[in-house]
Amino acid sequence: MNREELVRDLHAKANKLRRESLFVMKEMGMGWLGGSFSSADVVTALFFHKMRRDPKRPQWSERDRLIISKGHACEVFYAALAEAGYIPREELKTYSHTGSRLQTHVDCRTPGIDCSGGSLGLGLSFAVGSAMGAYIRPDAENLKAAARNQNARFRVYCILGDGECNEGQVWEAAANALHFRLDNLTAIVDSNKFQSTGPVEKKMNMLSLGEKFKAFGWETREIDGNDLSAVVDALDWACTVQGRPQAIVAHTIKGKGFPSFENTNCHFVKITDEILRAGLEALKE
Amino acid sequence: MKTRFLRKTRDASESMYAAHNRALIAMAEKSEKIVSCYGDFPPGEVGEVFQKQYPDRLIDVGIAEGHLITSAAGLADAGFIPFTHCHALFALGRGYNQIRHNVAYDNRNVKVVLCNAGVAWGGIGPSHLAIEDFAALRAIPNLVILSPSDAVSAEKATLAAAEYAGPVILRLPAVGTAYPTLYTNDLKYEIGKALCVHEGEDVAILATGIMVNDALGVAESLKKGGIGARVLDMHTIKPLDERAVLAAARDIGAIVTVEDANVLGGLGGAVAELTAERCPVWIKRVGIKDVFGESGTAEEIKAHCGLTPAAIQKAVQEVLNAKKGNASTKKRKTPRR
Repeated sequence: MNREELVRDLHAKANKLRRESLFVMKEMGMGWLGGSFSSADVVTALFFHKMRRDPKRPQWSERDRLIISKGHACEVFYAALAEAGYIPREELKTYSHTGSRLQTHVDCRTPGIDCSGGSLGLGLSFAVGSAMGAYIRPDAENLKAAARNQNARFRVYCILGDGECNEGQVWEAAANALHFRLDNLTAIVDSNKFQSTGPVEKKMNMLSLGEKFKAFGWETREIDGNDLSAVVDALDWACTVQGRPQAIVAHTIKGKGFPSFENTNCHFVKITDEILRAGLEALKE
Repeated sequence: MKTRFLRKTRDASESMYAAHNRALIAMAEKSEKIVSCYGDFPPGEVGEVFQKQYPDRLIDVGIAEGHLITSAAGLADAGFIPFTHCHALFALGRGYNQIRHNVAYDNRNVKVVLCNAGVAWGGIGPSHLAIEDFAALRAIPNLVILSPSDAVSAEKATLAAAEYAGPVILRLPAVGTAYPTLYTNDLKYEIGKALCVHEGEDVAILATGIMVNDALGVAESLKKGGIGARVLDMHTIKPLDERAVLAAARDIGAIVTVEDANVLGGLGGAVAELTAERCPVWIKRVGIKDVFGESGTAEEIKAHCGLTPAAIQKAVQEVLNAKKGNASTKKRKTPRR
């Protein structure tokens, strides 16, 4: 498959995940539509292009990790897990039910979810721990060696929200990732410009997140996070960086793909029959 | 209950922290999975040996306790068994959400070592003295909470924590202090199984951590006055040894609990909750009387918080009087035939 076909396929898949996640949301009658739709392209590229994983062995010790720090946008991840074959598609209907493997924030009881989310600001620290683990040698110096003698066993990807970057622990983790030169760690900020109760810049203006990661010593790229060609480029670039963690600030549109919600704070919205119909119509193949 | 594994003399030779680190080195030799993590906390002389032998497996993340706990969960996900070390108050205060979410809820194989726990750390002041750890952590599902009483049990608790597949809290007192060693090296230590350190049938003293030695001292002086005290080392706060507690309640009928933690919600709380439901009994709780710590020597702080042999003795007398009163009341009310 050439690159053009790959991007076209991924684009179609991203919209499929958006449609599927609408059904997931409908199950509860409410949904994190804005964040699920803004991050759908990044999620698609990670699951269906980049990560080295095996849906048949979700606990495979050498798999690339995906830490979903913005754990509320769970619907699109559940749709991706079903599409990739981690869970049966019918299981999506159990979403939000008591006892279901599909809880209302991502949860590591679900095959394919590596770390529970919901408590913001923790994921990047978890990702740093995993990424360190991929370099540790039992009886020799490798993680801490000036020149590493062995490569990382796996890569770690962490998806954060831009509002989430208000949390101080994100920056403890950012500093620590550089300290250990974790080049097997890529953070992707889904910068959709809104957090729970309003625009990010009106809540706590963090100015440029890209500049911040740069200041913490990360290799940084800012991209249009809803342009799959740019997303694929950035993820491929991240794998080539040596000696430093990489941050991809993905500028996205909250509610991307659902015109009446785009660029509004559709953080957690009611999903009626009409909304489901309108969404499926807007996203049809 | 019978006492076993007790030393004849209780000399203070090694700190519990050093014994814990010795156990880590012993395990690291056998298992590639043991890693020791620090939040700008001193590993001590023994910990430095660990670093020399296993340079990649001693990780210091700086003054970032929240990150320390969460990143340890990530290390566990990568296949390791991390032990995290920092001041008890900051593991708890800066890392509560992380312990709850990343360690307990996700059931990670992380061992959180609460260093300098309780109030027996002289010279540091109230900002560093954790009094609420038992109460706060007992309320989190999935956690095992260990509170050893001397160097031998601290070493065995460390080994047991590593063998146990799941989250463990290991509470250690002042890291630079050598406390009296109670047990012989062949101690059989089992998580959740209280150890009897003094026999007696008049009153039961259920103590934990460094207070076990104080309770033992009180029991020895009570014996001279003709009062028999059963002293149990409650080295596991959760899961509580319900059998041992209920046996004390049933057989003895008078219980004193002793802990260097807030009396609210700690060992005393756990014992009171259990006995109130299953076998109501006279109880007095000796612990920090819902006050913060202070500056001063370890003994001064303990006195300030109400943790003295005299306080234990007073509590013993009170439950004994209550038990006696109870017995005579019962006698009076028994109808004659």
